[in-house]
Amino acid sequence: MSATTYHLPAGMPRPVPEPDGLDAPYWDGTRRDELRVQRCRGCQGWQWGPEWICHRCLSFDLDWTTVAPHGRIYSWERAWHPVHPALRGQRPYVIVLVELPHAGGIRMIGNLLDAPEGDIPIGAPVAAVFEPHDDAAPPFTLVHWRKTA
Amino acid sequence: MRTIRGQVAIAGVGETTYYKHGQAPEPEVKLALRAILAACEDAGIDPRQIDGFASYSNDRNDPSRLAAALGLPELRFSNMQWGGGGGGGSAAVGNAAAAIAAGYADCVVVFRALAQGQFQRFGAAPPAATASGEASLTFPYGLISPAQRFAMKVMRYLHDHKIGAGAQRAIALASYHHAQANPRAVMHGRSLTAEAYDESRWIVEPFRLFDCCMENDGAAALILVSAERARDLRQRPAYLLGVAQGSEYRNAARGHNAPTYASSSFTTVAPHLWAMAGLASKDVNVVQSYENFTGGVLMSLIEHDFFAPEEANEFLTLENLTAPHGRLPLNTSGGNLAECYMHGLELQIEAVRQLRGASTSQVPGARVAMVISGPMVTPVSSMLLGTGDAL
Repeated sequence: MSATTYHLPAGMPRPVPEPDGLDAPYWDGTRRDELRVQRCRGCQGWQWGPEWICHRCLSFDLDWTTVAPHGRIYSWERAWHPVHPALRGQRPYVIVLVELPHAGGIRMIGNLLDAPEGDIPIGAPVAAVFEPHDDAAPPFTLVHWRKTA
Repeated sequence: MRTIRGQVAIAGVGETTYYKHGQAPEPEVKLALRAILAACEDAGIDPRQIDGFASYSNDRNDPSRLAAALGLPELRFSNMQWGGGGGGGSAAVGNAAAAIAAGYADCVVVFRALAQGQFQRFGAAPPAATASGEASLTFPYGLISPAQRFAMKVMRYLHDHKIGAGAQRAIALASYHHAQANPRAVMHGRSLTAEAYDESRWIVEPFRLFDCCMENDGAAALILVSAERARDLRQRPAYLLGVAQGSEYRNAARGHNAPTYASSSFTTVAPHLWAMAGLASKDVNVVQSYENFTGGVLMSLIEHDFFAPEEANEFLTLENLTAPHGRLPLNTSGGNLAECYMHGLELQIEAVRQLRGASTSQVPGARVAMVISGPMVTPVSSMLLGTGDAL
């Protein structure tokens, strides 16, 4: 995939896994078009973002589970003012907070692709769209969202 | 219950001239020193009596340096409130008061200084090419600045409670209205109309330009002493009635996963404040509520029980929010939007002025004044001050 197909311009901050390894399984999963989040082996509770301990039962025995890459819009915003040099000249873009009801209601952030003008419907179903940046060093994949109905 | 109520007072306040960001003619530490000396002069205290410092938001001006620069005989208390934004503004006052009540120190300065020409601005992204940790989940999607970080909380709140654009607008108009009476205000002489607000550009929906705070240069300082000692000093004391800080269950869960997401972070903090002060919202005469963004003020006022979410559209009008006779005079110096973004500490100073009867938009007979600091961050804090009559 070439750089021209990226949703936001080149030069945005690139995600890099934390030096302590906490979120590496998430970023590794996105390279395979998989959405991986934490699930506690002790109490089966879901957890996102990642942490070293389960906030429910305080077990350190956390697993990484692949979840179905869909959800519904919990909130949204449309950014107009370019806060980063790479965004100068960029048209307004929509950021969504997506709730995953089938994974304990955890929420994920991404851009809404093909966003309509005006208000974005809270509660609308969306599916993940994986955006690989294979030309980056090291390569990474972002996770965007698109309305499904 | 244990309470700070009535034990400590703000005896002096001081500030530099307030400047547009990057325009301070002096370095940040010099601004801090000037504000501290102005607060001492206001209180009628020899600066050499200071024996402690408290600040917040990683203020760059180390108490040990200030103590050396001021030639203090000894330093007994130095305190930094964790957390960014202006959430620590009232907590720093609480921490200083606790030190006095506990006997760690006798005369503590609360201060904040900013010279953004000398250092990085808050509203512009750092030029880093990579993002790690929580930032890796937001920065690559163009969710970077404070306005972008908080817009989705407010969007969800407005949606849940069917609150219209007029509510945020009234908060912005109130600050600008009060700034026109305040010659210290950076926006003095720059009035704002409802039409100009409505036509202003979006920064990030649901925030227009005038929903967002300024960024400024300057410094502010408060002198705290025991209530007993304050009674012998130059000014009418502003007694601390209560302070609370903190945030709800898992407020900082990464990637916008706080269970109570659409919140100003005060849902658990505010009840502690009221209990400590032995007061209710009906007892408050005037409120200074930190405007990082107007939507944060909206949620702060609701979470401090001034009105229900369903009443927001009718309560939040310019008429209700303006001194002298509005139902709840708000940000009577112009606040962060129109007086100065002194990281909120100008709000504490304005609350003291109201209790002295010295505001440029005075609420007649104000006995109890409230300050709400830094909504939507964690930890947040808020405080209540009163005149001697309120004790």
